[in-house]
Amino acid sequence: MPVDPRAVPDAAVDSRPAPHPNRVEALAGARATLTILPAIAPFAALYGALATAAGFAPSDTLIASATIFAGASQYLMLDMLGQGLSSGAILLAVLAVNFRHVLYSAALGRRLGRFSTAGKALAFQLLVDPTFAAAEQRARTVGTLAPAWYFGYGLTVYVAWMVANVVGIASGRLLEDPARYGLDFILPLYFLGVLLGFRAAHGFVVVLATSALVSIGVHETLGAPWHLPAGALTGLAVAAARSRPPLAEATVEGA
Amino acid sequence: MSDGIDTDGLLTLILACAALTYAARVGGHLILARLPQVPHRLEAALNAVPIAVLGALIAPAIATTGPAEALAALVAGLVGLRLSATWVVALGVVTLLVARGLGG
Repeated sequence: MPVDPRAVPDAAVDSRPAPHPNRVEALAGARATLTILPAIAPFAALYGALATAAGFAPSDTLIASATIFAGASQYLMLDMLGQGLSSGAILLAVLAVNFRHVLYSAALGRRLGRFSTAGKALAFQLLVDPTFAAAEQRARTVGTLAPAWYFGYGLTVYVAWMVANVVGIASGRLLEDPARYGLDFILPLYFLGVLLGFRAAHGFVVVLATSALVSIGVHETLGAPWHLPAGALTGLAVAAARSRPPLAEATVEGA
Repeated sequence: MSDGIDTDGLLTLILACAALTYAARVGGHLILARLPQVPHRLEAALNAVPIAVLGALIAPAIATTGPAEALAALVAGLVGLRLSATWVVALGVVTLLVARGLGG
């Protein structure tokens, strides 16, 4: 790698300072996305291809990805436009799939103590399923969530989503059949792996069984996207109902 | 009016979806931040968010797509008790492709 001598005046000196902790955190966050990028990139490319086929101008597709930045909502909107449904119906359905973001927001908000106000505003725009799950797990294992780690992870996912979108727009129906490579099932498998990482949490089995069964039941009757809010809210209600008040003496504020 | 995609209407719809999505992403935190104290039941519910939401998200895909997907999820779930998410995905996809190949 060519080195610009002006940029590194002291690089040859042995006593180099340790890398800045922010840089270490940001790189660790970026590296943690490597599991999920092979699953995200094909879906983002496919979205670009499908949106183009549906008559979206490239600018429409990129604006949708940059501003909405939520795969499920974007696919849903495309699908419903294709069925000729009204804007009102589309917005209602988007609200239903997006409801989980309200829960992510409330849960993650508790981990953002080290973020500035502007940092929080940006952090919430980057809040997609894998980023929420990874940040929550990071906060529980490390005990804190560094802004640099969060943005290293979240911005990598964001940039990958946009780049893969452009590839999809440019190459037309590049990945017409993602099922051929098993790509269609990577996301459920990945979330299963992430989910199991929380198995030491209080009430794991009961909450999981409740939300999974309600979700499947609603999916098979009312249909998507209502299984999501129904399953999630029932699971949360069970978790709340099982909670015991903390002992009066043990009201230590912390964590 | 609704023949194909109307470009002006489309951009408005896209931005409305974006506003709705961002409102959801900020809203949960803003509501919670207004509470002087978080009741213990709410705290327990918030701690259960990853489990309840991810569970509701993936359960139908695992349980109702087909036997190959169910088998892959079972293998992946067992792998997940020992190894990280990367291995869960890798061994799950291999199982899925083998099972789909055998099932035709």
